[in-house]
Amino acid sequence: MAAAVAATTSSDINSMSTSSTKRSAVPSLSFFKDWTYVPAPESSDHIHLKDQYGLFINGEFVRPHSKRYFDTINPATEKKIAEIADADEKDVDAAVTAAANASAKIWKRMPGKERSKYIYRIARMIQERAREFAVIETMDGGKPIRESRDVDVPLAANHFFYYAGWADKLDYAFPNRRPQPLGVAGQIIPWNFPLLMAAWKIAPALACGNTVVLKPAETTSLTALKLAEIIQESGLPAGVVNIVTGFGKTGAAIVNHPGVNKVAFTGSTDVGKIIQKAIAGTGKKATLELGGKAANIVFDDAPIDQAVEGIVNGIFFNQGHVCCAGSRLLVQEGVAEIVIRKLKDRMETLIVGDPMDKNTDIGAINSKEQLKKINEYISIGVNEGAELYQSSCTLPSKGFFCKPTLFLNTSQSHRLVQEEIFGPVLAVQTFRTVEEAIEKANNIPYGLSAGIWTDKGSKIFNMTSKMRAGVVWANTYNKFDPTSPFGGYKESGYGREGGLHGLLPYVQW
Amino acid sequence: MPRVEVLKTYKIAIGGQLPRTESGRYYPLTGKNGTPLANVSLSSRKDLRNAVVAARSACGGWSGRAAFNRGQILYRIAEMMEGRKAQFIDELMLQGSSRAAAEKEVTMSIDRLVYYSGWCDKYQQSFGTVNPVASSHFNFSVPEPTGVVAIVAPEESGLLGLVSVVAPCIAGGNTCVVLASEQRPLSSITFAEVLATSDVPGGVVNILTGTTKELLSHFASHMDVNALVYCRHDAAEKMSIVQLGAGNVKRTMVWEKDWTKDEQENPYLLLELQEIKTTWHPIENIGASGAKY
Repeated sequence: MAAAVAATTSSDINSMSTSSTKRSAVPSLSFFKDWTYVPAPESSDHIHLKDQYGLFINGEFVRPHSKRYFDTINPATEKKIAEIADADEKDVDAAVTAAANASAKIWKRMPGKERSKYIYRIARMIQERAREFAVIETMDGGKPIRESRDVDVPLAANHFFYYAGWADKLDYAFPNRRPQPLGVAGQIIPWNFPLLMAAWKIAPALACGNTVVLKPAETTSLTALKLAEIIQESGLPAGVVNIVTGFGKTGAAIVNHPGVNKVAFTGSTDVGKIIQKAIAGTGKKATLELGGKAANIVFDDAPIDQAVEGIVNGIFFNQGHVCCAGSRLLVQEGVAEIVIRKLKDRMETLIVGDPMDKNTDIGAINSKEQLKKINEYISIGVNEGAELYQSSCTLPSKGFFCKPTLFLNTSQSHRLVQEEIFGPVLAVQTFRTVEEAIEKANNIPYGLSAGIWTDKGSKIFNMTSKMRAGVVWANTYNKFDPTSPFGGYKESGYGREGGLHGLLPYVQW
Repeated sequence: MPRVEVLKTYKIAIGGQLPRTESGRYYPLTGKNGTPLANVSLSSRKDLRNAVVAARSACGGWSGRAAFNRGQILYRIAEMMEGRKAQFIDELMLQGSSRAAAEKEVTMSIDRLVYYSGWCDKYQQSFGTVNPVASSHFNFSVPEPTGVVAIVAPEESGLLGLVSVVAPCIAGGNTCVVLASEQRPLSSITFAEVLATSDVPGGVVNILTGTTKELLSHFASHMDVNALVYCRHDAAEKMSIVQLGAGNVKRTMVWEKDWTKDEQENPYLLLELQEIKTTWHPIENIGASGAKY
């Protein structure tokens, strides 16, 4: 959000107001009248896409046994981009068989030192084709090009680079143990960070000597398939990574396949629970990275302008399609008024629109279904009696878009506060004491992440240790790194991805 | 006239108290030659729920204690057991063990407590990390207790099995609700008496006696239990705990181990009942270019 941030901080934000009466009295900047941004679209001329994609099984792109294909569309334009194969049980079986063969015959036996070099190759090839990946990610998923270019793609490459180095050093990760691979990992990933999630899943699995059957989400298969092309080019032995596309049924076929030794799933808590039930009694290991409803807690001694940026980044990053999004704002009463005023002002400056435009802060909602779900929650919020505020931006006439939204006067029992929306909708609550903030923050079934904003160090460590959440950001939000473990407490799932701790779910002894 | 023996009533342990089961029901336990040993509480779902409430309320205090202090308390449990060694040996023999086996089981149990006492303030250093993130942030990961842990203790090893599972659980700052061995339950209640005199805060270890048939589904489906450790061998039970546990994404694990083996005491068991928390904080960059060593 660099352009808009710079503009905001260079103005006197205190004098800004959304109310038109105040606006005439106090000079302020109107970003849509006085400052207009010239469109700065990223070019898509250089990308290579096929009209139709098969399944990547045993090192080859093959036609699906089902003979069925479905369309993947650009959610910002609703135009079809390509056709994607819909894998059935036979296809999944072929992929698992290929993975099991590759595991037994090659990958499990290959010295870590050699395995690592393949993973390094993949990392490098993603870096070389970074821009193409970023553009396709934005076209297929709707996220702003700035985010796919600066966050998703570099992090994905770095993830492979980081885990590549672990492949021959696993004995040092687990003292007094000789870690061995599990076998075939069945991995199912969501649509919010398609390439990055593929990297989070594949890189540690390969480093630990496992082979992979990965299913991307049906609305965002393209970058995983482009990754399959890289994997093919990299010379990685056939069958070590297999990518099968499709819907929930395809995912279920992976989870239930007897040849799968490990299930890694990122997605909703509802589906996570179904998976946990499905693998009962099978001996399959699981990593579940599920939903969240993070509290972003602002104390009265917080650096307010930084906190407002953090709140905006927390909930509007990637259209709020983030499991660790700071979707609940808990603000201490003494500063509630000023924080909310500044937050509303800041929301006015957010540019919602063409994801391919480098000025865009908030892109397209990933799918029609998701937009419908978000709008349902907005109605629920209104019906529950919360006070709705949306920025006054205009939305494009085509595509799936949602205005940055916040709800004031919400209470702990509201569905808006308890349930994951997965969209740019922020529920605001206030609190008086530290105890109340802790109580409210933890009083939900989720426990993925939390944010703390205060200038007092001792308060930071009190709060971070009291949060029942796997990732806690203090005076920052939504930061990710391959060396940093990520994952939840409670109903946000179990197991960690990233860092040394991300190796544990892929080994046994 | 010979003296009439005073028979011990074996109760259960909830929240630092040793109450009778609210069910008002018992099952008779008999010794080798069929002589009655004791009436053992058939704990009910309500007992379980009370125990979970006690465990939950003890959670904050226990996990918030200095790790060093937790280590001292575990060591104190070992001290108290050492003092009542003879009683534990007698009790195991009553329940069918030979003297040699009983002595071995008791001494191993004591040593196991000493072993985990030492881990209380060390596993954080073995399993915690400072993560070298690429951005200007200080980032570290530490293990934290999962919370309330339900334990279905090993059936064949009434004391050593129980201690081998409870010790890593509470060493890691968790609190627990334990279902004791059904056929060898007496040591578990005597162990609860030891705990009550070992500075272990009430509610940290709650021990119920009874049957898996009556209680297992409630252990597995309770929404305020964070993890379930199952230490028995029934395939159908193993499957059902995972299915029922999914209701609140419970961490369910099966620990089927030979607890008489030394390798079954290790910090990786402790780690299975930990969550990893990662904390980020920005590092100011101003002046960095002028820094000198």
